[in-house]
Amino acid sequence: MNKTLLILRHEFRQTAKRRGFIVMTLIVPVIALVLIGVVQLVSGTAGPGPQAATIGYVDELGGFQQFTSQGNITLIRFGTTDDATGALIAGNISEYFVIPPDYISTGLINRYTLEKQLAASPAVAAAINHFLVTNLLVGKVPAATIARIEAPSNLVTTRLTETGAVAPEQGGYGNLIVPFFFGILLALSIIVSSTYLVQGLGDEKENRLMEILLSSVSPRQLLTGKVLGIGAAGLVQVAFWAISAPLLLSLASSSIGGLISAIRLPISFVALAVAYFILGYSLFAVISAAIGATSSGSREGQQLMGVLTIPMLIPFWFASLLIFSPDNPAWVFFTIFPLSSPVEVVMRLGVTAIPAWQLVASMAVLILTIIGVLALTTKIFRVYLLMYGKRPGFGEVLRNIKTG
Amino acid sequence: MQAVEVSHIVKSFADRVVVNDLSFSVAQGEIFGLIGPNGAGKTTTIRMMMDIIRPDSGTVTILGEKLGEAAKNKLGYLPEERGLYRKLRVLDSIVYLASLKGVDKSSAEERANELLKQTGMLPHKTKKIEELSRGMGQIIQFIVSIVHDPQLVVLDEPFAGLDPVNRDLLKGLLFDLRSHGKALILSTHQMNEVEELCDRILMIDHGRSVLYGNLAEIKARYRSNSVLLQAEGELGEVPGVTAIRAHKGYVELILGENTTARQVLEGLVRRGTTINRFEVATPPLNEIFLKVVGESHE
Repeated sequence: MNKTLLILRHEFRQTAKRRGFIVMTLIVPVIALVLIGVVQLVSGTAGPGPQAATIGYVDELGGFQQFTSQGNITLIRFGTTDDATGALIAGNISEYFVIPPDYISTGLINRYTLEKQLAASPAVAAAINHFLVTNLLVGKVPAATIARIEAPSNLVTTRLTETGAVAPEQGGYGNLIVPFFFGILLALSIIVSSTYLVQGLGDEKENRLMEILLSSVSPRQLLTGKVLGIGAAGLVQVAFWAISAPLLLSLASSSIGGLISAIRLPISFVALAVAYFILGYSLFAVISAAIGATSSGSREGQQLMGVLTIPMLIPFWFASLLIFSPDNPAWVFFTIFPLSSPVEVVMRLGVTAIPAWQLVASMAVLILTIIGVLALTTKIFRVYLLMYGKRPGFGEVLRNIKTG
Repeated sequence: MQAVEVSHIVKSFADRVVVNDLSFSVAQGEIFGLIGPNGAGKTTTIRMMMDIIRPDSGTVTILGEKLGEAAKNKLGYLPEERGLYRKLRVLDSIVYLASLKGVDKSSAEERANELLKQTGMLPHKTKKIEELSRGMGQIIQFIVSIVHDPQLVVLDEPFAGLDPVNRDLLKGLLFDLRSHGKALILSTHQMNEVEELCDRILMIDHGRSVLYGNLAEIKARYRSNSVLLQAEGELGEVPGVTAIRAHKGYVELILGENTTARQVLEGLVRRGTTINRFEVATPPLNEIFLKVVGESHE
């Protein structure tokens, strides 16, 4: 078998067998599952609806007698706050609120509970609001109007093309989820894979295996086999995450499920995402190889690699800015800057249409950078793989690049 | 055909010439010693023979073939600073590294098992490398360097860190390889091992060859005119001997300029001295090493 393939297979197997890799592969879906669970619990939308609850109220203003049944929540009127407090302590009601005489001018509602909590749960707050509004308006305006006062707009945006026709690709949060999700996976996978590459090279340098390897294969075969082997493991990881995503989302609440089912992914997005995935990984792989070759050990290399992955994470840190002003010149810069472009482009595609010239420039810069770094890496690879103990100065590396 | 032919190789690093116009050859079925002080350029020379680094000028040929990717499968290398994949199992390590030398999996496994058995390491074959002792790790590394049946094996300080039992085992394996026509290059500071094992040597200093040739011839060249004698009774004055140095259990007779060892022996026999040992003294390689290196530093 070809030696490059042998190294590829070996690196793939060794990476896939690593405890850290397996944990990482499994933990991402688990964390997602936990997050979905937490969100559902906190928002009170888990299960068949909010739990049945009985809430007391004291009407000091008067006129709040109707609509005491709000879904699963039942409201019971008490004459005085003392009565209500008694019922609360006895456990007959879970909480109560007081409508003071000056409620109309102040809007103030005093709520009493035995629980330690920051605010009422969304379900309870909604029930109280609905109870107040309907009692205030009943008989004065039609029931349909009451509903509109409670929820005045249900905004539906339709994107039109320049001819006035409905655009085939619609925006919206649904379309945002997949690019952002993909961006996160891409960044995670690139970071994990390049860390393994740096670590592997560092280990082989530290334990002096490098000499045996280089007396058997050429630096190019070693580099190619390692990059492709670890890259393949990274792809398997992402594929696993991608496959587990729909399963997880089907577990999520119907509101999120509805968003997902509304997603229409244009072919151009998928093609670009795959292209940027491959280019992004290649760039970070050749950079990792250069760092792995020149640093004195695996730990030092990983630190340097950590710094270089920061530009890739910028779109995540400023995600809200990206959503609301996706065409800001700063984002254009990060679209073209090679260390950030793979993630930036994929995420920006979810919120705006990136002009063609930016995509072309971004790809061109990325490809040229890969070619450039690869050329430099193969030049210094042979020299520095055998240099142990000390890390070469930047000037020395430059000199070696010149002399080859 | 020579197993390896090194011709006028030069290598510099950052304006410092590490190997300077070095030429030598090693025949098949020969154990060849590569010696020299620290920093003499031994490791750099070895790395050029192993195609790990390329010479600035000059050529290396392996069995008449110019060094390149194809020739690498014929080379075996035990580097001075050793290590293997710590998490990998013994047999897997050997088979993987053999596969990189172009050996298919089943033959690699067969040969690995054979060598593990020969070295008594078979019970450890499923252990991880990190579970082995230093000496055991070294034996495994030696197996890695010969598992692909190379024509040329370069061993850098192969005995360092081995106990006497393993040292003997390794020596036996080296003689075995020599008898199968393999060329072995031994790089070491242990001069007694060079004397014991090597047929020919190359001594380098400051990247240049300072001594090259048959070990016995070199030792004869550096011979001082003296004999070692172990005899019974009082020796007294011996004709032709200018001085007598006493050592533990024997004496060294320093001969006059025109006296030969034969004349002294005949004289002693005529006197009826009971002789237990009579040997023409050759200087230990260590002494030659110090002398030559000392000279080249002057």
